[in-house]
Amino acid sequence: MSGEARSSGPAMSPDMKALLVPAIDSRSSWRELFILPLAAMFLAMLIGALIMMATSVAPETILQSFIAMAHGSVGSIHAISETLTAAIPLVLAGLGIGLAFRAGLFNIGAEGQMVVGGLAAAIASFLVTGLSIWLHLPLVLLVGLAIGAVYAAIAGLLKAATGAHEVISTIMLNLISIRLLDYMLRQPFIQKEGRSDPISKAVLETAELPRILEFLDGNLRLHAGLFIMLAAVAVIYWLLFRSKLGFAFRISGENPGAARYAGIRAGLTIVMAMAIAGALAGLAGAIQVSGVLGRATPGFTAGIGFDAIAVALLGRSHPVGILLAGLLFGALEAGGRQMQVDAGVSIDMIGIMQALIIIFVAAPLLVRRIFPPLFRERPRGGEENG
Amino acid sequence: MFMKKAALTTGIAAAFMLASAGGASAFTACQVTDVGGIDDAGFNQTAWKGVQDAMSSYGIDGRYLESQSETDYEPNLNSLIESKCDVIISVGFLMGDATKTSAEANAGQKYSIVDFAYDPTIPNVIGQVYATNEAGFLAGYLSAGMSKSGVVGTFGGINIPPVTAFMDGYYYGVAYHNSQKGTNVQVLGWNPASKEGLFTGNFESLDDGRAFAQNLYDEGADIVMPVAGPVGLGSAALADELGSDALMIVGVDADQTQTDPDRAHVYLTSVLKRMDSTVMQVIKQAMDGSFSGGILLGNLQNDGVGLAPYHHFDDKVPAALKAEVEEVRAGLISGAIKAGG
Repeated sequence: MSGEARSSGPAMSPDMKALLVPAIDSRSSWRELFILPLAAMFLAMLIGALIMMATSVAPETILQSFIAMAHGSVGSIHAISETLTAAIPLVLAGLGIGLAFRAGLFNIGAEGQMVVGGLAAAIASFLVTGLSIWLHLPLVLLVGLAIGAVYAAIAGLLKAATGAHEVISTIMLNLISIRLLDYMLRQPFIQKEGRSDPISKAVLETAELPRILEFLDGNLRLHAGLFIMLAAVAVIYWLLFRSKLGFAFRISGENPGAARYAGIRAGLTIVMAMAIAGALAGLAGAIQVSGVLGRATPGFTAGIGFDAIAVALLGRSHPVGILLAGLLFGALEAGGRQMQVDAGVSIDMIGIMQALIIIFVAAPLLVRRIFPPLFRERPRGGEENG
Repeated sequence: MFMKKAALTTGIAAAFMLASAGGASAFTACQVTDVGGIDDAGFNQTAWKGVQDAMSSYGIDGRYLESQSETDYEPNLNSLIESKCDVIISVGFLMGDATKTSAEANAGQKYSIVDFAYDPTIPNVIGQVYATNEAGFLAGYLSAGMSKSGVVGTFGGINIPPVTAFMDGYYYGVAYHNSQKGTNVQVLGWNPASKEGLFTGNFESLDDGRAFAQNLYDEGADIVMPVAGPVGLGSAALADELGSDALMIVGVDADQTQTDPDRAHVYLTSVLKRMDSTVMQVIKQAMDGSFSGGILLGNLQNDGVGLAPYHHFDDKVPAALKAEVEEVRAGLISGAIKAGG
């Protein structure tokens, strides 16, 4: 190792050796994916309860609010439908962000990619007419996906060609997308007839994602985007861990030096990773417009692209982890609503709990210290928490 | 471990029973706020005051749900249906479509929407609308009489009719003062003919409220009417720093000396939209069975809109101007003066 490599690069320092060790051992990663978020959630709820007590919320109200949260997220078919509906765009955008993470790119631009993807999908959904749902709906979703990919690829190209940091460029592209949305929604061919505020025409029926539980109750909003989300999880899993491209992404992310040495083209990898991330975010935007909102309005993405960063972090950039994290965030959103109705606890409390969960997940050592038995590494066969 | 788990399960089961035992009030009124939030010192808060008044007067239950973004409207309305509300009150033009969708899907549920009406009307929705151009007209007339610089300003949140009605009235009120008194007071920030003016594009940013008021002040305005909910609080903060000799604020929706008491001294007056009284009226109708879908119009005549007292400016507003404002009010009620717009 050390003898031949010396000629083509600097001497192997201990730092570089550390880089060659895989960041996450995939065999033990189930602890990272399941136990850690659960422990983090428990701690977050505990501190959330303390904060509520500090703001002089009565103990029985706190108990009631956690019950309301459980009830509102998984307690009824309506609650489950809301949880899943909220999870769909979070998981899709989160998958993109997670994939970019794996390739060593910090994509802050999912929000903007959702905006342009959703806007493009909305436009395609009412300007294109006379198609059957079998053609129109896929077209609308593909338009969202493609525009999201192109938009994110801009940041990728900037990085590959000029070295512009993707964090800066995606944040700026977010701002541009929001103003672009405001501008476009005022154009006569997009703006709803008879309105002076920015709002698009309604999505045509042939471009709507069907609601899959409508036969039970008209108020159930869960739509066919659920299947797209599940398929995306599988596809991204395959892409990351079973394909050559995914291998290139992961190598570039874990050790750019080694990737270059192995002949992986850094520029192309960056652009591809950003484009796929953008495609997923754009698809998330298109699905929101076509499945939930029925039109584009200013701020229709509602910060989902930013929450998705947290989802990707919480899911440790693993497709299955992101699916679970997205479901958890969806549950928090749906449950938070019920918490407000039943216990009168402020919606801001939910934001605090989400933030606490992320803090604990981002500090795995802290959680390990607090719950040592859950994370004991060595003992295999014997005493598992007797 | 097993024992712990069993204890936990029992605990959760007990908690569920506790939860289902509580809450057996006869009538529940529920409100969904728009993105301004329940404490926006504006129409969400005023509508909620109507629910609270009904809670204390009629002994009903009241609940609310805050929306964090436009995408929350539909799920929030739905989750109130799940929670068995007798009447659901939604707030604002922006919730119009979501309320309509929800009302049409749940024909047995009573709804009322503050500050919006449907044409044609929906049988299970009462739209509460306000002739704010009448009250804005009074504020415009007053401002024109009070301005020393001869320039007054206004800006809005979003260019939508419930916002611009204030600005229309304000503009025509100033114009009426000019025509009656031979003054030449200018209005910055709104042109009713072209329907264009200054808009922050949101109902949240206090920074925008400060920046927009600063711009108008730099252009010479000494009175500003922000029509953007809590955004106006930022304008009031600027007026507080500059001093109320340099910049006065006309509040909107609620009497802002009450909702923003720390800066009460900067408010010349407020253009009142008495949503609390119309909300309470709707709740009463829903309780006594006289509820029927349609429109409830609040105007100067039925005190659905009005001007707040001058409070800190009571001795600074000349008696003659006060009398003129009363005359204009009478003229608007009788129809002798048209509020325009």
